[in-house]
Amino acid sequence: MLSILRTLWGVFLHMFRSRETIQYPEQNILDPPRFRGRIILSLDPDGQERCVACYLCSAACPVDCIALQAAQDVNGRRYPEFFRINFSRCILCGFCEEACPTYAIQLTNDFEFSEYDRNNMVYEKEDLLISGPGKHPDYNFFRVAGVAVGVKGKGESENELPPVDVRSLLP
Amino acid sequence: MVTIHIDGLPYEVEEGQNLLQACLSRGLNLPYFCWHPALGSVGACRQCAVKRFKSEKDERGEIIMACMTPAEAGVRISIDDPEVAAFRKSVIEWLMLNHPHDCPVCDEGGECHLQDMTVMTGHAYRENRFKKRTYPNQYLGAFLNHEMNRCIQCYRCVRYYHDYAGAGDLNVFASRDHVYFGRGRAGRLESGFSGNLVEICPTGVFTDKTLGRHYTRKWDLQTAPSVCVHCALGCNTIPGSRYGELRRVRNRYNHEVNGYFLCDRGRYGYEFVNCDRRIRAPLVRTSRGVEQVLVSTEDALKSAAAMLSERRKVIGIGSPRASLESNFALLRLVGPKNFHAGISDKELEVLNLIRDVLCLGAARTPTLSETAEAGAVFVLGEDVSNSAPLLALNLRQLPRRKAEIAMAKVKIPPWNDAPIQRIAEFEKGSLYIASPCATGLDEVASKSFHGDISELARLGFAVASVLDPANAPGVEGLTEKEKIRAGEIASALGGAARPLIVSGAGCASLALIEAAANICTALGKIGGQPQIFFALPEANSLGLALLGAAGGLETACSALRSGRADTVVVIENDLFRRCAEEKAIALFDSAKYLVAIDHLINPTTSKADLVLPAAAFAEASGTLVNNEGRAQRFYRVLVPEFEVKESWRWIRDIMRFLGRSEAEKWHRLDDLSVAMAALNPLFAGLVSVAPDADFRLAGGKIPRQAPRYSGRTAMRAHIDVFEQPPPDDPDTPLTFSMEGDPRQPPPSLIPRYWAPGWNSVQALNKFQQEIGGPLRGKDPGVRLIEPIPQARTEYFRDVPASAPKAEGEMSLIPLHHIFGSEELSALSPGVAELCPQPYVALNPEDASFLGLFEGALAKVGVEGLTCCLSVRIVPSLPRAVAGLPVGLRGAPVFELPASGTVVREATDE
Ligand code: SF4
Ligand code: SF4
Ligand code: SF4
Ligand code: SF4
Ligand code: FES
Repeated sequence: MLSILRTLWGVFLHMFRSRETIQYPEQNILDPPRFRGRIILSLDPDGQERCVACYLCSAACPVDCIALQAAQDVNGRRYPEFFRINFSRCILCGFCEEACPTYAIQLTNDFEFSEYDRNNMVYEKEDLLISGPGKHPDYNFFRVAGVAVGVKGKGESENELPPVDVRSLLP
Repeated sequence: MVTIHIDGLPYEVEEGQNLLQACLSRGLNLPYFCWHPALGSVGACRQCAVKRFKSEKDERGEIIMACMTPAEAGVRISIDDPEVAAFRKSVIEWLMLNHPHDCPVCDEGGECHLQDMTVMTGHAYRENRFKKRTYPNQYLGAFLNHEMNRCIQCYRCVRYYHDYAGAGDLNVFASRDHVYFGRGRAGRLESGFSGNLVEICPTGVFTDKTLGRHYTRKWDLQTAPSVCVHCALGCNTIPGSRYGELRRVRNRYNHEVNGYFLCDRGRYGYEFVNCDRRIRAPLVRTSRGVEQVLVSTEDALKSAAAMLSERRKVIGIGSPRASLESNFALLRLVGPKNFHAGISDKELEVLNLIRDVLCLGAARTPTLSETAEAGAVFVLGEDVSNSAPLLALNLRQLPRRKAEIAMAKVKIPPWNDAPIQRIAEFEKGSLYIASPCATGLDEVASKSFHGDISELARLGFAVASVLDPANAPGVEGLTEKEKIRAGEIASALGGAARPLIVSGAGCASLALIEAAANICTALGKIGGQPQIFFALPEANSLGLALLGAAGGLETACSALRSGRADTVVVIENDLFRRCAEEKAIALFDSAKYLVAIDHLINPTTSKADLVLPAAAFAEASGTLVNNEGRAQRFYRVLVPEFEVKESWRWIRDIMRFLGRSEAEKWHRLDDLSVAMAALNPLFAGLVSVAPDADFRLAGGKIPRQAPRYSGRTAMRAHIDVFEQPPPDDPDTPLTFSMEGDPRQPPPSLIPRYWAPGWNSVQALNKFQQEIGGPLRGKDPGVRLIEPIPQARTEYFRDVPASAPKAEGEMSLIPLHHIFGSEELSALSPGVAELCPQPYVALNPEDASFLGLFEGALAKVGVEGLTCCLSVRIVPSLPRAVAGLPVGLRGAPVFELPASGTVVREATDE
């Protein structure tokens, strides 16, 4: 008896609490920074495509909804010839973002991309690319990795010595 | 077998192995870099450290290199000991100090031995604060990419390329932590075996450049077991496809055939499958002289039925590059009497003689891997470096085998590379070469001799008569020098265990083959165990000969001209490469209809009245018979788009259309094997070449895709977001899917080498019975020809006479090129870059006599055909012999060998 009354009292008190329900879509959602929504491809600080077409995101994807093809520019820099995400399969798990060694692929806060036709949920590279570095403003893969690919010369990456003189036999 | 103790457990291992091999053979994981089963150990990388204990009571132990320590009875070692595990971890840490941090753009990534070993040892963070050493890269040609920063100084590349493949243009430079692996100066790698560096190098320093142009990771490649189609050796391969395109070819280990290696023609010739000369839909020409038009399959079959109806007299022209099944289907369509081989009568005669020698000859033909074990080798008239590349690579190991035997006397095991290599470097093999001009193997031969084909044959006959003077036919009119030469070769062959005679169809000479057979007969008579090995021109040459053809192209031509036939069906064959243009045109003109089934647009298919699109090797499954008579199955790795299907399926559909009941039974590939086995006892073994299509592993088919295959729900999404079921494959126990049992399939069905923790090619270790030995189960393939006990004891008695040449007469002989002489590989851009331009090769004295010089134009005339070719001076060519390259694009087709004339082309100045 007492417990029932206590419960009723508790419910009654709730009437005076502030509301948790958000009046979406009239009211905007204040989502947390690590929210995992629509996926984008970012640019590196130099303004070039960040993705190096390494296929790690596609391998990590548990529903296999990322397909891409690597291509090479005249300097040998790798980029995706096409990059396709089938969002009608994507479960927004964020594994691709974790797998990406260049911070190219990132999940954003946007979740408002429903469609009536599933075919419209297939995003190509043009639909995915944004015009900035996204969450990681500073990282530039080709400044760290040892390949030259037109971004810099051999031995000019961070933490590298100039190329050795292979004709020298000095100890 | 001896017992050793590893981490307290007893293991039976093969004596004489090193401990690393022993551990790997028993399925244990022990990291390593510099050791390779084909190259032996040098103890350079310090990665394979284990702890050895003196006795059960010894608790301290000592750290040793497993690869440098023989597995002797009672050895006690530990792999898991914490101290040695920490040692291995720190070795990786050192190796990774200068690592460039570029796995994401490294083509080795995902199948990198360095990645695997790093994970295996547990090293994860680079704690070194100092800067990284860097290197410049080199341009190495169309096949290989060079990224030296990734090098871990294991020395495998030089040991393979320089020591094993015997090429001088890759070496190690500089000193201390600056050592550099590359060429003296940038330029293409000259060896025809450079592509193996991709698999030999445990890191991404050398990667496949052709793959890089359409890069795909190993886990994304759809793969299946296949067989190289670029020469008759039948090396086993693993082609990989993605997005409906063939992306690369890798080695598939077959202990009895190619072992660990492929040649560059086989590795890089694959791109013809993607080329824009492919035929993808049926084409029909309504009447001669009008354009071919695209038609549906239905209409194409209707036209075919009309062209091949009862009222017509049809002959078939098969092909040595088409599968056994396709040739057989054609044979059944037209009947054995009307089935022609698709090569010239002369070549067919040579091929048939080789077949007969193999079936009834005095010697067994060894497997390709056994050729490296021969006691003495006599190469008679064949330039194996160009016509059977991997055989040349094997014969190159003869000096090494000699050194191994010598060193065994002082108890140095064969895997101890450094001392053996130091000796082998200065050894010559027991190898004797008699060829028209210098070959790539001359440098490792004890003696080499160059002469006109008839001289070579006479030498062969002379060797036989020295060995068995009483019975073998003698050779008249030998010079003293020739007698001594024959005596020397005879005594080397007679005194050796398992002597090997190598000859082939390269010179298209019956006398050479008869001479080779005679030597074997003679060796057999004096109690030796001779072996004979023939290099043949194409992937299924021997299969075609075993099938039996009524004749070659000339026979087909005369059948048409005499009216015995009026319609021709040609499969996978460009007749314009097989005979002179006039002959081919005459053949077309005398045929009422020409039906061509092929995968390439070529002069033959362009002239055909009906063209049916055939599947290339990567799109089809079938069987090829290599030069030792080994039938091997290849499996499709991709599903062709549009109407493309196997030639035999087209023929079957035509036969069904014509109401031929026989074809009703041909539902899948196995049905043709059964039919062939039933009709021809030689093909009895075909049914056991590979497990049939009903084979299942744990109830499922074997997946062509790795479990990590990506993009399944996205790759077609731009066309249609709804996924399709995987395509059906009724012919094979493999499926185009990633679902299936992860266990190892039988060897002939292994689609890729992978094992947990072993993503690189080195995963192969987990598939072998003993490291470097046969695959678990049996090595793929069935030998259709085994020596018959009552072997041929008769000698061939037609010794060619040494005919003096008339004034101005030249003997024109065929020359082969590893890049260019084979039709399909020459269509791949990388290989095409290396194909020479047509030329005529002359001895310098002949050239100066004719007033010719390198690059000058000469007019070559054979039987009324003439053409202008630029001159190439080849000092090793004998006098009065001119060499003409075979099969080059743009070169005229002459029937060689022949006698003809070479004169200076009159120029205007
Ligand atoms: S993981 Fe990153 S760099 Fe690699 S393919 Fe995906 S998006 Fe591109
Ligand atoms: S060699 Fe191996 S470890 Fe080095 S970058 Fe390439 S994949 Fe990575
Ligand atoms: S290039 Fe490759 S094979 Fe050669 S030493 Fe370096 S890592 Fe070893
Ligand atoms: S040797 Fe012949 S079969 Fe082997 S890879 Fe080379 S071309 Fe292919
Ligand atoms: S593998 Fe033993 S030291 Fe390199």
